[in-house]
Parts: sequence; structure tokens; C-alpha cells
Amino acid sequence: MIGRIHSTETFGTVDGPGIRYVVFMQGCPMRCMYCHNPDTWTIGAGREVTVDDLMTEYDGCKEFYTGGGITVTGGEPLMQIEFLTEFFTTAKLRGIHTCIDTSGIVFNRQSPEFMEKIDKLLALTDLVMLDIKHINNAEHQKLCKQPNTNILDFATYLSEINKSVWLRHVVVPGITDNPTYLAQLGEFLATLNNIRALDVLPYHTMGVVKYEKLGIDYPLKGVPPLPKAEAIKARDIIFAAWKKRRQELKAEGKD
Amino acid sequence: MREEWTGFVGGTWENQVNVRDFIQRNYTPYTGDESFLCGPTDATQKLWAQVLELSKKEREAGGVLDMDTKVVSTLTSHAAGYLNKDLEKIVGFQTDAPFKRALMPYGGIRMAMKACSDNGYEVDPEIVEFFTVHRKTHNAGVFDVYTDEMRVARTNHIITGLPDAYGRGRIIGDYRRVALYGIDRLIEDKKEQKNLCGSIMLPDVIRDREEIAEQIRALGELKKMAAIYGCDISKPAKNVQEAIQATYFGYLGAVKEQNGAAMSLGRTATFLDCYAERDLANGTFTESEIQEFIDHFVMKLRLIKFARTPEYNSIFAGDPVWVTESLGGMGVDGRPLVSKMSFRFLNTLDNLGTAPEPNMTVLWSPRLPENWKKYCAKMSIKTSSIQYENDDVMRPLHGDDYAIACCVSSMVVGKEMQFFGARANLAKCLLYAMNGGIDEITKVQVGPKYRPITSEYLDYDEVMAVYDDMMKWQASLYVNTLNVIHYMHDKYCYERLQMALHDKEVKRYFATGIAGLSVVADSLSAIKYAKVKAIRDEDGLIVDFETEGEFPKYGNNDDRVDSIACEIVTRFMNYVRSNPVYRNGVPTTSILTITSNVSYGKNTGNTPDGRKKGQPFAPGANPMHGRDKKGAAASLASVAKLPFRDSQDGISNTFSIIPNALGKEDAVFMGDLDIDLETVK
Repeated sequence: MIGRIHSTETFGTVDGPGIRYVVFMQGCPMRCMYCHNPDTWTIGAGREVTVDDLMTEYDGCKEFYTGGGITVTGGEPLMQIEFLTEFFTTAKLRGIHTCIDTSGIVFNRQSPEFMEKIDKLLALTDLVMLDIKHINNAEHQKLCKQPNTNILDFATYLSEINKSVWLRHVVVPGITDNPTYLAQLGEFLATLNNIRALDVLPYHTMGVVKYEKLGIDYPLKGVPPLPKAEAIKARDIIFAAWKKRRQELKAEGKD
Repeated sequence: MREEWTGFVGGTWENQVNVRDFIQRNYTPYTGDESFLCGPTDATQKLWAQVLELSKKEREAGGVLDMDTKVVSTLTSHAAGYLNKDLEKIVGFQTDAPFKRALMPYGGIRMAMKACSDNGYEVDPEIVEFFTVHRKTHNAGVFDVYTDEMRVARTNHIITGLPDAYGRGRIIGDYRRVALYGIDRLIEDKKEQKNLCGSIMLPDVIRDREEIAEQIRALGELKKMAAIYGCDISKPAKNVQEAIQATYFGYLGAVKEQNGAAMSLGRTATFLDCYAERDLANGTFTESEIQEFIDHFVMKLRLIKFARTPEYNSIFAGDPVWVTESLGGMGVDGRPLVSKMSFRFLNTLDNLGTAPEPNMTVLWSPRLPENWKKYCAKMSIKTSSIQYENDDVMRPLHGDDYAIACCVSSMVVGKEMQFFGARANLAKCLLYAMNGGIDEITKVQVGPKYRPITSEYLDYDEVMAVYDDMMKWQASLYVNTLNVIHYMHDKYCYERLQMALHDKEVKRYFATGIAGLSVVADSLSAIKYAKVKAIRDEDGLIVDFETEGEFPKYGNNDDRVDSIACEIVTRFMNYVRSNPVYRNGVPTTSILTITSNVSYGKNTGNTPDGRKKGQPFAPGANPMHGRDKKGAAASLASVAKLPFRDSQDGISNTFSIIPNALGKEDAVFMGDLDIDLETVK
């Protein structure tokens, strides 16, 4: 089977535990305003590879990955779900730790066909890194040109099947740093039982050059990068709400 | 057993000079964490504040605070020098004052004069006259013998950085011997060695006897040098403070005599820890006191300074001494050679702040204790001041008592040494090959008039054939030039004290070096896999290239080009090996330019890989900047393919990474969450 990738990174240190082989898949239906990989958007572009090609590259550096593994990110990796399944089947046969970094946008509980595919893939996946861009649906629509319904449902589904999740949330000044929304995110997380890590990412502007190269207008022109202290503040708000809601749920006997 | 050794486990080391045996029988491997370490004492902080003040003054003065212009540096040439005598637990400076640079003319009087005049000082005319008329220097000796071909190769930078006007360095005396045995015993040992030299007076025997006589004299002077500081090193050290002091005196003697290109310390930490453990057990000293001794020792090592010219500093980028201390590593018996003292050395980076010297070098193995690995990683992230070397590739070759000289040269302490050999510019050689030996910048016929490339488009096999011939010439000229240099250095600038701290039978590595490997690999890859057109100037010389199409680049773990890099290293090394070398040296080569890649690039024309004239080479064995597209692991994997057996003197890779790219910051990222969130603040 052929997969379409944007690129690979042999020394990934921020996309899952340990040092990882990271594959950036090509194509994404989202258009998040702060996306720092706009060059991975176009569906059908990129480089064609086989699972063998990727495993060869992995093997060339496998000594580095003893405490790490493989992460597929993108783009939206779940758009190439069959390819991922073949890739992870090979990886799991070799005992390699596997991770998907996804927005969850393609999740669709209504489609039995999709559910069969995703269940097959998740059975081969050790960790999902789920990126909730915005907790409020209207704001999510503005930020990413897509509703967040499927994304939140995917988060719930992953909790139902008890799949380990690292949750990511990018804090953008003036867009996602509103304490009300941050608290709502925390309250939502309190309903889940599978979150193993929370990664609050301060917004940065390192993607701007890529927009210039591609000749696309950068939608967040003028928005300053978020200082680290603000990210910590945001994290604390999420946690506080998360804890509070969790205790309430406990009291209600819903935990 | 001698009184000073009470409490140590005896063995072979008592009857013969054998520091390794002492360490093996007496050291305590440490697998714990860094929590035992102590911070700086008041005295340390006061002294270091004084150093910072003097460093500031030195910078304000343009890089040099004071220079000796009248006294030629010897072991006993200067009175004692101090920062603050009452506070210093470990004493000794190269001259009678800190920050005052010594005058060392034996490598070459002209270099010594230039180092002074460039910094606004003038060497006493009587000294100039003495070293011009009455006493020949290494530099004068070399230039008496150089052939025209050697001179022209040198000025055109096809071989570069040769130690023909300055001290070659790269020799590590076993300074620990001074502490363990005391000078008297070492002199006795050398006298015995002299008697074993043979009695038929042919040149080799005469040289051996004369050298050992010099070594004995140096040891005697070292004892006097220590006496100037009120210390008696004739007997073995009695405690850890004396052991550190004696070891330092050994080293200090070396840097009073030699202004070498790299003056490394060796592998002293775990040796010294044997004394520290004994003193802790006996209650002689506390942990804080021992850390203070090490802090003061390291402070002294940071203040080793040499008189050098701006040109020298531009080759070596800054004012480096390469006081390399090798830490950790695994023993051949499987025990880690990590001790508490290994931790204490790295702890100086916290106690005194970050500094490039001493060059703390961790001999790395995956089997090292986890706590040590974590501490190294933590200190690396914090200070960017630690160098790592692969113990697992060097241990099979050298055993477990080797150390690193300079940045990568491995040698068994006290048993092996190196003749430092600078480097050959392989990228320039490729251009010579295509131009029939004519320099692409100066247009001088430097190499032999071999057949040039005449076609418009370059053919891989044809280029490789001419390159192979030119490399053969380059290697031969290079080795021959080094033969002259090392003969003269031995004759006029002999490292008598450092060699006094070696065994009699020493293995001498005859080191060479390579510059421009990644430029050559990518250039040949371009010629092989893309279409490269040669652009000629009005004289018909190839001065530029036009490359159409893509080609694999070194640094992406791509065998198509990585194999070319490996092949070049092996070929060059074999050509080096095929030449007779001075004093039965064992030829080696290194791929290690850490800073001089800038100046080599400056002197090299356009290359087929797309590098423009004057652009820097990549440092060491690094891929060219920006050409490694697949991340660090693939880049390192390319470098790791280079054959160590053919570059035994070391392969370096300079690796910078911003801390954020090393993983998640604890402050923002919360991992391993407790589901009840009770652990979260």
C-alpha cells in the first residue's frame, strides 16, 4: 500500500515519550488559523512511500529509539487510516511503541465502516495524542473551519475503550486564553478516564515563514507568541476546573 | 607498605609504577545520585569573584592582561603566584601572578615575539638574540629542512595548521604518578630505565639516554617548583588535598614548559576519589572540604593561559588550552569507573559557573550507572559544557585507563602518546586533482602536474581516478612534512617532564587529520548522481561548477553517499599508512576540526557540492550545514558509519540543540497524571 507523507523526522523528542521516529502524513481537512505546518494541508500531494520505506528509515536509526518509538502526525494521519494500520501492524510485530498525533476530526461514530477501521488501528496503537483546539463549538468553527463535535466524541470514545491519551491544547492570545473556555475544557476532561498527560502549548510564530514561502496569508498576523508564564497560568486554570468537576462527579456518584 | 599508603589495598602498583593497578584495587564505584554534592564555600566564592574581576579586566585590556617578556619560562623560573594565599587550597600559577602569560620561545622565537607584539608587548632583545643566534628553536630546525614542495604546500593550505612554529601538544603526562609515588621514587625508576638503555652507542641509544637524563632533570626541577610553593612532593601524597595538589603540580610543570596545541589533564577523578574515600572514612576531611579542593583545582585549570597570536586564535577560535579531563567510562571488568569524584568534577560547573575549560569529557557507555547518565544529561542541558566520547569503541583498543587529549585523541595514560599532525584539506585536494595540481585560488602549481580533467561534464570514475592519485601525493607529502616536524620538536622542544611521567617504552601514535570530508562526499555524490558541469576561467582552470538535478547528501543516513565518505576515509588512511614514519609511530587519522573548519573553508575555492569559495566547511565529520534533512538521528547515523579503524584518532560531530527541542519542559507539560489529580498542585 502507498502512503502520502510530507516528511520524516528521525529525532523527534516532543511527539510522545522518548526519542521517536516521526512521520508527517500529507493532507488535512482542518485549516486551523495557527497551523504551523500549512505545507501538509493539500490532500494528494507529498511523497509516496511504502511501509517498507518507512521501516527501513526507522531501522537505520533504531538504536536511538529504545525508550521511544514511532509517531505519525501530519497533516491529519487518520485520513490515511488503512496505510497507518499496515504501518502499525508491522511496528507492533516488532514490539515498537506506536503513537498517533491527531485532531480526531475524521471520527464518525455513525459509520460502522469507519468504526471497524478505527478499532483495528487503535488496537495497534499504544498512545493517542489528541489535540482539542477549542472547547466551544462556534469558536472552534471560526478557528479551524470545522465543528468540534466529532473531536469531542472521539475523546469520549477513547475514554470508553480506555485508550491512553496525551491531551494537547494550544493557547493563543485572544483566542483560546479566555479563562471561561479553559475552565470548560477542564470540565470536559473531568468526564474522561484515560488522560495520561496534559500538554499546554504556548502559541508560537515559527510557522509564519512557511506561509510566506507558500504565498498564503497568515491569518494570525500580529498575534504575539504566548509567554511561558501565561501557558502555565492557562494550565492551572484547566486543572483547577478539572479537579473541581471531578470532585463533583464523585459526589454525584458518576465517577 | 609505605606509611602514606596505609588503608589502601596493596598490589603490583606498590612495586612498579602502575597507577591503573592502584585504581582498580582501591576505587569505589558510585551508582548513587548527585544529592551528596556540596555547594561552593565562602573561600571559593571569594576567589572566583576575584577571577571574574580579573577576567573582566583582561577582556577590557583586549584579551591579555599581562605578559612576561624577560623571563623564559621553566619549571623554576618564577616565584610563587597567588590569587589570595590564605584562601587557596590548591596553589600554583604558570608565572608569579594569575593572568600573566609566560614566555615560551623553544617552539619558535618568531611566534613568541609575534604573540607579544600583537598584544602590545615586546620580548627583551637579549632573549631574541639568544634564541636567534645561540639557541636554535623547533621552528628554525623545521625550516632548515623543509623542501620547496613542503613550503609551497603549506602556504597554499593544502596541508594546514602544521605544528611547525608552535608546540605540538597532545601529550598527556600521567600526572597522577606524582601524587601516588612522589618524585623521589619516579626518579629512581627513571634511573633504572636509563641503565636498561643498552650500551652500544648508536643514535637510538644515545637519544634514549639523553632523553631520560632530561626527564630525570625535569623531575628534580618539578620538586623544586613545588618547594617554591612550600610543598614537598618528594614523597607520596598523604591525603586527598595533597594528592590533588601533587597531580596539579605535575600538570602545572607541563604547562610551564610547553605551549602546546592541546595540554590535556588525563583521567584523574576516580584516581583522586580513592584518597577522598579514605579521608572520608577516616574523618580527615568532610565532603564540603573535598568539593572545595576540587573547586580550587578546577579554578586553577581554568586559569591556564598561553601567549598566542591572533592568527592562532582564529584557527582555534578563541584561547583554548584543551585541559581535557576524561570522566567515567566502564572498566574492563564490567564495573563502572564512575566515582563520587566524577560527580564532584561536574559539580564545579554549578559551583563556579559554566566554562569551556577544563574540557570535561564523559566517556559514555549505555552500561554506565543510570544516576550518572541522568546527572550528565542534566548538567549538559544546564551548561552546554560537557563533551561525550564513545567508551565502547575505545575501550577494546586502549583498555580502561586511557584519556582524551584535545577533543578526541585517545591514548593510554602514561603508556601511549601522540605526535600531533594537524590536517590535510581533502576538499582542496579534489580541486587539485581536477586542475592537475594547480591551486584554484593562487593558480600556483602546488601539486604534481598530473593529468587534469578536460571534459565539460564531470564523470565520476574519471574524477575518482585523478583524485585517488592526488590523494596519494597529498598523503605522502603530508606524512613526510610531519616527519620533519616531529624530529625537530623532539630535538629542540622536547616534552621532558611529560615524558618523565610516561613508561620507558611508549607507543607513539603518528596522528594525521582530515578537513572537508562532508564537502568531498557531497561533491562526489553530485558528480555521481546529478549532472555537474565544470566552469573554467580564462586560464582553463576549473573554478566553478553548475549542478543540475538532485543528489543524495551526507547526513541523511543514505548509503549512496555515506559509503563515499567512508571510502574516502579508508583510502586516505591507507595512503598515510603506506609512508614510512618517524620513530616507528603508528599512523592514525582524525576527522575533528571543531573550529578551524572556518579558516579551511576560507582558503578553498568553489566545490561541486554547491559550496561557494570561502564558505566554511562543516566542523569535524558533520554534514554540511542545512543539508541533513531528516533530523538529528539520521545525521548522527551517517557520521557513525565512518570507520573507526581508519580514523582511530577520533571522529567529532558538533551537535547543538535548543533545550526545548530535547523534550517537554516540566513546568508546562504534566505527564503521568494521577487520575485523581491529587498530585497536581
